[in-house]
Amino acid sequence: MKSKISPAVLRGSALALAAALALTACGGGGNDAGGAAPAEVSADDVQAALDKGGDLTVWAWEPTLEKVVEDFEAEHPNVNIDLVNAGTGNDQYTALQNAIAAGSGVPDVAQVEYYALPQFALAESVQDLSGYGAGDLQDTFSPGPWSSVQANEGIYGLPMDSGPMALFYNTEVFEKYGVEVPTTWEEYVEAARTLHEADPNVYIANDTGDAGFATSLIWQAGGQPYTVDGTDVKVNFSDEGSTRFAETWQQLLDEDLLAPISSWSDEWYQGLGTGTIATLATGAWMPGNFTSGVPAAAGKWRAAPLPQWEEGGTASAENGGSSLTIPAASEQGALAYAFLDYANVGDGVQTRIDGGAFPATSAALESEEFLNSEFEYFGGQKANEIFAESAQNVSEGWSYLPFQVYANSIFNDTVGQAYVSDTPLKDGLKSWQDASIKYGTEQGFTVSE
Amino acid sequence: MSVAVEPTRTDKHRTRQRTKPGYVRMKSTRRGVDNPKRSVLLTVLTGIVLIYSLIPLVWLFINASKTQADLFTSFGLWFSGDFALFGNIGDTLAYDDGIFGRWFLNTVLYVVLGAGGATFLAVLGGYALAKFSFPGKKAVFAVVIGAVAVPGTALAVPTFLMFSEMGLTNTPWSVIIPSLISPFGLYLMWTFASEAIPTELLESARMDGAGEFRTFFQICLPLLGPGIVTVLLFTMVATWNNYFLPLIMLKDPAWYPLTLGLNAWNAQASTAGGEAIFNLVITGSLLTILPLIAAFLLLQRYWQSGLSAGAVKE
Amino acid sequence: MTTASPPPAVLGTQPKPAKRAQKRPQKRSWSGWLFIGPFMAVFALVFLAPIAYSIFLSFFRNQLVGGNGFVGLANYSQALQDPQFWSSLLRVTLFLAVQVPVMLLIALLVALALDSGRLYGKSFFRISIFLPYAVPAVVASLMWGFMYGTRFGLVGNINSALGISLPNPLSPELILASIGNIVTWEFIGYNMLIFYSALRVIPKSLYEAAEIDGASQFRLVTAIKLPAIRGALVVAGIFSVIGSFQLFNEPAILQSLAPNSISTFFTPNLYAYSLSFSGQQYNYSATVAIIMGVITMVIAYAVQLRGMRKES
Repeated sequence: MKSKISPAVLRGSALALAAALALTACGGGGNDAGGAAPAEVSADDVQAALDKGGDLTVWAWEPTLEKVVEDFEAEHPNVNIDLVNAGTGNDQYTALQNAIAAGSGVPDVAQVEYYALPQFALAESVQDLSGYGAGDLQDTFSPGPWSSVQANEGIYGLPMDSGPMALFYNTEVFEKYGVEVPTTWEEYVEAARTLHEADPNVYIANDTGDAGFATSLIWQAGGQPYTVDGTDVKVNFSDEGSTRFAETWQQLLDEDLLAPISSWSDEWYQGLGTGTIATLATGAWMPGNFTSGVPAAAGKWRAAPLPQWEEGGTASAENGGSSLTIPAASEQGALAYAFLDYANVGDGVQTRIDGGAFPATSAALESEEFLNSEFEYFGGQKANEIFAESAQNVSEGWSYLPFQVYANSIFNDTVGQAYVSDTPLKDGLKSWQDASIKYGTEQGFTVSE
Repeated sequence: MSVAVEPTRTDKHRTRQRTKPGYVRMKSTRRGVDNPKRSVLLTVLTGIVLIYSLIPLVWLFINASKTQADLFTSFGLWFSGDFALFGNIGDTLAYDDGIFGRWFLNTVLYVVLGAGGATFLAVLGGYALAKFSFPGKKAVFAVVIGAVAVPGTALAVPTFLMFSEMGLTNTPWSVIIPSLISPFGLYLMWTFASEAIPTELLESARMDGAGEFRTFFQICLPLLGPGIVTVLLFTMVATWNNYFLPLIMLKDPAWYPLTLGLNAWNAQASTAGGEAIFNLVITGSLLTILPLIAAFLLLQRYWQSGLSAGAVKE
Repeated sequence: MTTASPPPAVLGTQPKPAKRAQKRPQKRSWSGWLFIGPFMAVFALVFLAPIAYSIFLSFFRNQLVGGNGFVGLANYSQALQDPQFWSSLLRVTLFLAVQVPVMLLIALLVALALDSGRLYGKSFFRISIFLPYAVPAVVASLMWGFMYGTRFGLVGNINSALGISLPNPLSPELILASIGNIVTWEFIGYNMLIFYSALRVIPKSLYEAAEIDGASQFRLVTAIKLPAIRGALVVAGIFSVIGSFQLFNEPAILQSLAPNSISTFFTPNLYAYSLSFSGQQYNYSATVAIIMGVITMVIAYAVQLRGMRKES
């Protein structure tokens, strides 16, 4: 991660050399993480910045922000916001890191997913928001997302949305074959067998190996493969939670009970529409995608609590979700924070819920209006009750690696091999662990098993 | 130098050209077998390659005529449900306040300046390689080829940082400037110019005291016509289909070329709350390649004669 | 910058200038730079400077923790011992050995068929087979990716229509062949056109002589046509070497459909990309790119030398 290159240094040198310096000389800030005290910016400062107005550049791909930006500008005519979709996920992070390395073109606000945030926090590419008073927001957000924005004893973003997990299932398929909706993962495997036996075209789910999904299930199972303390990192997939996930999923793989279709492909949308993919365990942000991407199956799908590892349990986990951050290079911190506050704590929250997003604030999650809203797509089901319940039950103690973006990128090189060969999932996790340790060590972390 | 002698020269040259193998002979009278017996078998065999080439394009066309719902439920290689092509085209052009039109205009801008500029530089450079002896000449092409052998993906970040320093990132220039280099175009013009421009012609022009640029623009350029069209077509295709570098350089969708815009639409299906618009991606893809196909068809006469003289080596 | 389109490089055919220069020695002067200068200036900016910069970078190592430091040749020795790098190189070499000959052979046969004048609807064939070249690699990969789907794609349609079970084109065993198919599809027409154009300008006199001898069509091809277009064959060969070694767009786009078949080190170019863009290992990525550049150059020159030697 690149950080902190003084623009003056760049301007002073000849072109190529200057650029060379930018890339090679700017990594030094990495291990200062947690060292610098966060800037103190009071609420008055933020208000003053708002009154004064100015221009903000916001990088985000979240579609509901468009309306939020409009409303914000209407309320604060002095502020002019340029909302830019600089790519989705990793594309945007690459762009952000490039801009930071180049020392120009860095936005004032950037959307960063929870799994990627520790990486930006470690390098202090994004600001610690404690100094803005973000520490007081502890009770504002639900526990999962709130813990996700913390790193190195700082608060590096405000949660924008969350993805407490639930099981989405196609009632038509389950009714047709007389299968009960599974409440445990054991029952889930059983259901997978029954469905696939009844119709070889029907699969309980699709899975070609997805790092986010696997880590979320391990999270739900109480696993803690990653332990992070500053630059001391532990990676170990032999704990109980990880083992449970591996053993259960191994059965599904061994018996070819998972459709080898990658999520988000057109084939996947087809499968969800035609009933050949019978369930989908994912974050609560999914309904919007169902409505727009799978209109053919409207009324057939329902939501249910995520199957449990223990009978009668209630544990859940987060899948996906992102925060809004303020890059360190922004010179408009106070104004940017005003926008963050509006979008993620203030009126923007409701605007985004109306647009189909799933909130991260407790108030929204507990409001009657939210809980009672009926999803036409799910046959009038009050699905938010299930999601809100899930949000309250997210297992504690999970953390991502400070280099999770890289780790996730090699998931399919390692764990993914279990999906297409005889490699056991357990071995796949072990090689993922080894590769992550190798990378972490190369990057200067103290990594152990 | 006198204007009066020029036409004669050109005439002289034309005569020469006609007698020289390799140019005008495209519709030649070569072979006694001028009208060989057509073969059904050979046509059928070549037809296999033809079908192979066209099937994906047919697929694209058929699927551009489907609604999103039909797209997911019907056989890929035949029409189904309503013929929604025109509806899809309308939707594609209207989506997100008509951003597709903006992307189209951006692409046109990049092609006009990028491919046009690349052709211009290649013509000048190829002419120099073909008709001049200058210090460092041998090194020029070796350096060009050597540089091209380095994978561009790894150069993207260094290039980005340099351009950023010059304040060019996220502007059209960051796409146009790298497009200005076409090593293949340089090669084609080199071979073409050494064939098409008789050295004697240059020598007599120089003896008349014409300046180098005047000689080039007034005498040589007209002779290079077919070669220029060919290079223009290749650089057009390269610029029109340019993807990776704009991806790195541009942040603002308002400056996207079509390829990047289509990719963004495709990626939209994979984000929370994003709208899946596969039918627009497919229709947009079709609309993206249509202008190039039209250009191929319109210019194929020139472009083929130009390529002949360029690619061939005896 | 060309990563997708065929690397526009042809060193094979340094054409007549050399020979002609011998016959008619040109006066050496700097005036040639008036014309090549603009090209070289832009070239230096967009190619040479980033390459020089990459070479510079390859001597450093930058860590997330601990910052940046000069490491000499450590990145190079690491790359040369990196099994992932070698496996990617091996894969593109295999690709080169199989896909390129198949593609060039088909292109050559079509060009010969067109040139024979024995086809019905010749110009329709010519333009149609060339059309795929107009399709951006991004779009081509998306299209083929869809057709490869065994559940709902074209392969799936065929399976259910005929009640058969075709192997999955996106499986680890077949993925390289499937990518080869896409690349072949994209570039058959392009190579065909290069060959065809070369065939069209073979001097008439050669055919007439052969006709008098009563040579068969086959003999005409082997004795006259093929030797006459050797230059074009070398050109196309060199293109394809560089293209294969820089294979990137097709696997990168199919990766989302077949994540387990296409690793982050599937091709050297993809490896350099992943190192740089997922791992922030810019220095190591630059090292890999430079090694690949050197290897590509060596092989391209070897192809050229071989082509030239045969010729003389």
